[in-house]
Amino acid sequence: MAEAQVIRLRGGDLRGEANTSAGSVGQPVDSAAAEANLSRDQPGGDRPASSWERKAAAGLAFLRRRITGQYEVDEFGFDPELTESAVLPAMRQLYHTWFRTEVIGVHNIPADSGALIVANHAGALWALDGVMAATAVHEETPDHRFLRMLGADLLFTTPVLGSLARKTGSTLACNPDAERLLSIGELVGVWPEGFKGIGKPFNERYKLQRFGRGGFVSAALRTGAPIIPTSIVGSEEIHPMLGNAKTLARVLGLPYFPLTPTFPWLGPLGMIPLPSKWYIEFGDPIETAQYGPEAADDPMLVFELTDRVREQIQGNLYRLLMQRRSIWR
Amino acid sequence: MVLVTGVSRYLGSRLAGRLAADPSIERVIGVDTVPPVRADLDLLGRTEFVRADIRNPLIGKVISQAGVDTVVHASVTATPHGAGGRTPMKEMNVIGTMQLLAACQKSDTVRRLIVKSTTAVYGTSSRDPAIFTEDMSARSLPAGGYAKDAVEVEGYVRGFLRRRPDIEVTLLRFANFIGPFIDTPLTRYFQLPVVPTAFGLDPRMQLLHETDAIEILRLAATSSRPGTFNVAGDGALLLSQAIRRAGRVALPVPARAVSVVGRLIRRSGMADFSPEQMQFLNFGRVVCNARLKHEFGYRPAYTTAEAFESFLTGRPVEPVIKPSAVRAGEKALAGLLGIRAERDITLPAEPADRPAPAGRPAPADRPAPAGRPAPADRPEQVGGPARAGGRRTGSGRKRTPAPFGVVRHG
Repeated sequence: MAEAQVIRLRGGDLRGEANTSAGSVGQPVDSAAAEANLSRDQPGGDRPASSWERKAAAGLAFLRRRITGQYEVDEFGFDPELTESAVLPAMRQLYHTWFRTEVIGVHNIPADSGALIVANHAGALWALDGVMAATAVHEETPDHRFLRMLGADLLFTTPVLGSLARKTGSTLACNPDAERLLSIGELVGVWPEGFKGIGKPFNERYKLQRFGRGGFVSAALRTGAPIIPTSIVGSEEIHPMLGNAKTLARVLGLPYFPLTPTFPWLGPLGMIPLPSKWYIEFGDPIETAQYGPEAADDPMLVFELTDRVREQIQGNLYRLLMQRRSIWR
Repeated sequence: MVLVTGVSRYLGSRLAGRLAADPSIERVIGVDTVPPVRADLDLLGRTEFVRADIRNPLIGKVISQAGVDTVVHASVTATPHGAGGRTPMKEMNVIGTMQLLAACQKSDTVRRLIVKSTTAVYGTSSRDPAIFTEDMSARSLPAGGYAKDAVEVEGYVRGFLRRRPDIEVTLLRFANFIGPFIDTPLTRYFQLPVVPTAFGLDPRMQLLHETDAIEILRLAATSSRPGTFNVAGDGALLLSQAIRRAGRVALPVPARAVSVVGRLIRRSGMADFSPEQMQFLNFGRVVCNARLKHEFGYRPAYTTAEAFESFLTGRPVEPVIKPSAVRAGEKALAGLLGIRAERDITLPAEPADRPAPAGRPAPADRPAPAGRPAPADRPEQVGGPARAGGRRTGSGRKRTPAPFGVVRHG
């Protein structure tokens, strides 16, 4: 297997960068309007608006647009303004401060075309690996790209969470949606292990489960999008799953009911993830364009590619685990 | 010679009127169970009206005696005339279609059949793909109501297509209609001051402007465009967003209680909700209109957002939450903080502000996007009979800018 290029596995202060980008990336409309304000202020002899004043004005304008509905959503229900102005800032805190995430291989993410990011799944209570991968993509790519995640149908059946998932760019994990997103050049994130991965016991941590039926590979083949095998380390330790209350899960209609050292014993407090140190490695892309769209109907090739993706993720996981000094730092 | 069913309804009457104004069409015959409303008589022009029930074999006589060559079946509907109830509605939709198709099958003169269907045939649930194409079908057959009727109607149309392959059939699956004049359960819903929604659910809605609907029916009736097409405006609105744009107050009720609330509203006579409409308001539906643009050769003049805006500007509905009041609140808060509020590009230019940028007019409360044809205007035909890959000929209609200038990026 090719050795992935390692970028700032140690050190590299991401936080400083994040703060500057948080201010400037915020909202395109706002910053344009804020500049208009600024340029008007200066020739008039008024003192130029300070940065907090501009931020406060932008915040008020944001609230006003939310109340009057003057924002755009795409056909999938993705609301970029809400995602950038409200959801991502909170996730950035979790990403930098709580998990101190380090990212490797951002250069493997295409700058402006479609790609399928395939990653390992873990976390028992929350699919935080998805959210953190999306934050990583938005933080680290030069153009602050969005990751359009594919979620399980249980997510979209759940009130509140389901509509929030749509607004932040997720859609149902199904081939038509994945292919449509890839064909319009979006970055699509998929966790093919599904509930088998997220709900596996702690002693099987970082062992990849079966990769569904390879639907993600046929989506990539049909659209010619590269597959980026992504390995996430740190996600298994946030809620070590010691047991599974199967009866309770069946009663509640859930695929599993996790028992961790803190959940459900500490109630809501038990839902706070443990502050493990995270690494996200975007591995070397596996190109699919050379096979042509018809190859999606060749099950042998689909299985072969699925295995290759799986092995590459697993290999990178083991290497990252070897390199990591401690779970917590 | 064109026969239009459902001519006493909004779309049917407008379509018949447009066809009657076309001198190349010899006769326009309108059929319905009730006569057209008096106000529509001028509009219908030289349309001949036949009061007939399409459930009755009489319809075959009309077709054969008049030598009809084009049949526009526009009477399949979610809201039947008069004393409704589910049974007469189903009869009208399904049995009526069967009779009409039987008559067409017997006819030697009919060359073209246009059937108005609905995107409801795709169903609506949380487990559906985000965007439906014409090749998809519902995960499970719709349990009842209009959607089930439409699925059955489409089944009969497919059967008809097998038996009479020489007749061109255009099956149009329309998204929800909206506009300044059309009256649908959805338009009444958005006119309620307090709008019930399902708690925690925020469906995506896709709308079609009434003028686009009429134009597409007219094009299908007057030129050869066979096939099955999704007909919907570009883009989508979230229900919560639409309610905010309308200045209404959303009242979230538990998802299970939505149908109860819907029934209460129905009983009060304020709006007419059928169960599947409530279901639509839970999960919504978006379809892909690429085939309409590229094969049929028509790009709806109004996007979903513009169609909704046209609905709001075209009706004397005062918003409960006025944009100007929200703006005033923003300025007051900014004043308290001692800062200057940002310029609002969606509201009238304020004295302290620079004029709005060109192309973005700022009339009273709710500005209409520039370049918008007046509601009664006919949107220009696209591409002409030669379906040139959906390329617009640029004949006068320019693409309107996104109404609120929000930049999508990333």
